[in-house]
Amino acid sequence: MRIKEHPILNFNRGKEIHFRFSGKTMIGYEGETVAAALHANGVKVLGESIEKHRPRGFYCAIGNCSSCLMEVDGVPNVKTCVTKLKEGMSVEIQKGKGELK
Amino acid sequence: MIQTQLAIIGGGPAGLCAAISAAESGSKVLLIERNDTLGGQLVKQTHMFFGSEKQYASTRGIDIAKILLDKLEEHKDNITIMKDTTVLGIYEDGVITAMRDEDKYMKIKPEALIVATGASEKFLAFPNNDLPGIYGAGAVQTLMNVHGVKPGNKVLMVGAGNIGLIVSYQLMQAGVKVEAIIDAAPKIGGYLVHASKIRRMGVPIYTSYTVKEAIGSDALEKAIIWKLDEAWKPIAGSEISFDVDVMCVSVGLTPLNELLVMSGCEMQYIPELSGIVPMRNENYQTTVPHIFTAGDSCGVEEASSAMVEGYLAGLCASDHIGNRHPMYEEKKADFINQLEGLRSGPEAAHIRSGVEKSLRR
Repeated sequence: MRIKEHPILNFNRGKEIHFRFSGKTMIGYEGETVAAALHANGVKVLGESIEKHRPRGFYCAIGNCSSCLMEVDGVPNVKTCVTKLKEGMSVEIQKGKGELK
Repeated sequence: MIQTQLAIIGGGPAGLCAAISAAESGSKVLLIERNDTLGGQLVKQTHMFFGSEKQYASTRGIDIAKILLDKLEEHKDNITIMKDTTVLGIYEDGVITAMRDEDKYMKIKPEALIVATGASEKFLAFPNNDLPGIYGAGAVQTLMNVHGVKPGNKVLMVGAGNIGLIVSYQLMQAGVKVEAIIDAAPKIGGYLVHASKIRRMGVPIYTSYTVKEAIGSDALEKAIIWKLDEAWKPIAGSEISFDVDVMCVSVGLTPLNELLVMSGCEMQYIPELSGIVPMRNENYQTTVPHIFTAGDSCGVEEASSAMVEGYLAGLCASDHIGNRHPMYEEKKADFINQLEGLRSGPEAAHIRSGVEKSLRR
């Protein structure tokens, strides 16, 4: 799903980053967001709606709409479309509203 | 408490130009941006801009961002940049509160403030519109042009305005198939030059069509559209089905106005400006005297006009706090003239009408 050739843009990807999603190890690149890395790995479902548990993906990708909230390293309600990927990150689909700890 | 002469909220085209202009007037500026990069949505715009030379016409958005950042650098003695910082509140006493890196809270007291928070994408109501794979057109642009990731294999683009047409073209540049573009209006909203390019590449544009429903279990698998009659009522039996894994919704933007609303300045719903916008005078000063505004947050237009509004607001907000540029009158007249130029064509009739309604003389 990654763009290899582009007539205008050159994608100078940063170094490889390993992260975990639902028990699987995945590879992304330094500088990209969690949602972009997941999408590049074929993951479109980022969460579920609170009441009816319908699948949710991102919608705006710039931190406005809250459709991409996930649990990242144990912290709920993280906007994954604007959160940068870090080595060893653990990303999970969030159930419910999340709790303040 | 951080003290500054001028705080600017938003580091997109309007905020950047406001910062440059204010620094040129001699103001000490604090530029606050919630993301870790400046440039706003310019950083994903690979197309060349219209307008005139002064708004960098024929230059790609991504390159305009670089030009503005270079200019910002020239004024680094007068501009402090605060990234990863989200403004949370604007209070009656002029204090603003902000959060940096998700966990550090701070108070800022500027003598004047420019709100340039931009806009967010609108949504469309139809059954199963929440399926993953249904994305805002701008979101797809970010995914492709910033991160180099394809949104999927086959796309239905909803909306034949400029963003819908441009993003369709950019999808094809990224190697993604665009099955069709649809628009509920009876004619194409975007510029003919963009629409012609798309049609030459063999993509059909269905006008007077809207989405009937989306189908899929975990993600989008199929989109069904149907025709609208002259009264915009759907016609049964006119359905067309597309096997697509992506639907791009490009039905316009609406101002991000939360901070302006809470600041207590007078707001009004102006449909031509795509939402609830602040009332302002020709200096882009709101009804709260120390608060100015610029860009899409005071009415959705183009990045070209957002930049000029930014320059104008930066100039006038500086003057408001006693930093009058030596060529204030000339510069102001030039910016107003540029805005009139950008808003002069028949396509901008609604903008002219909206701007007129938002003006407090």
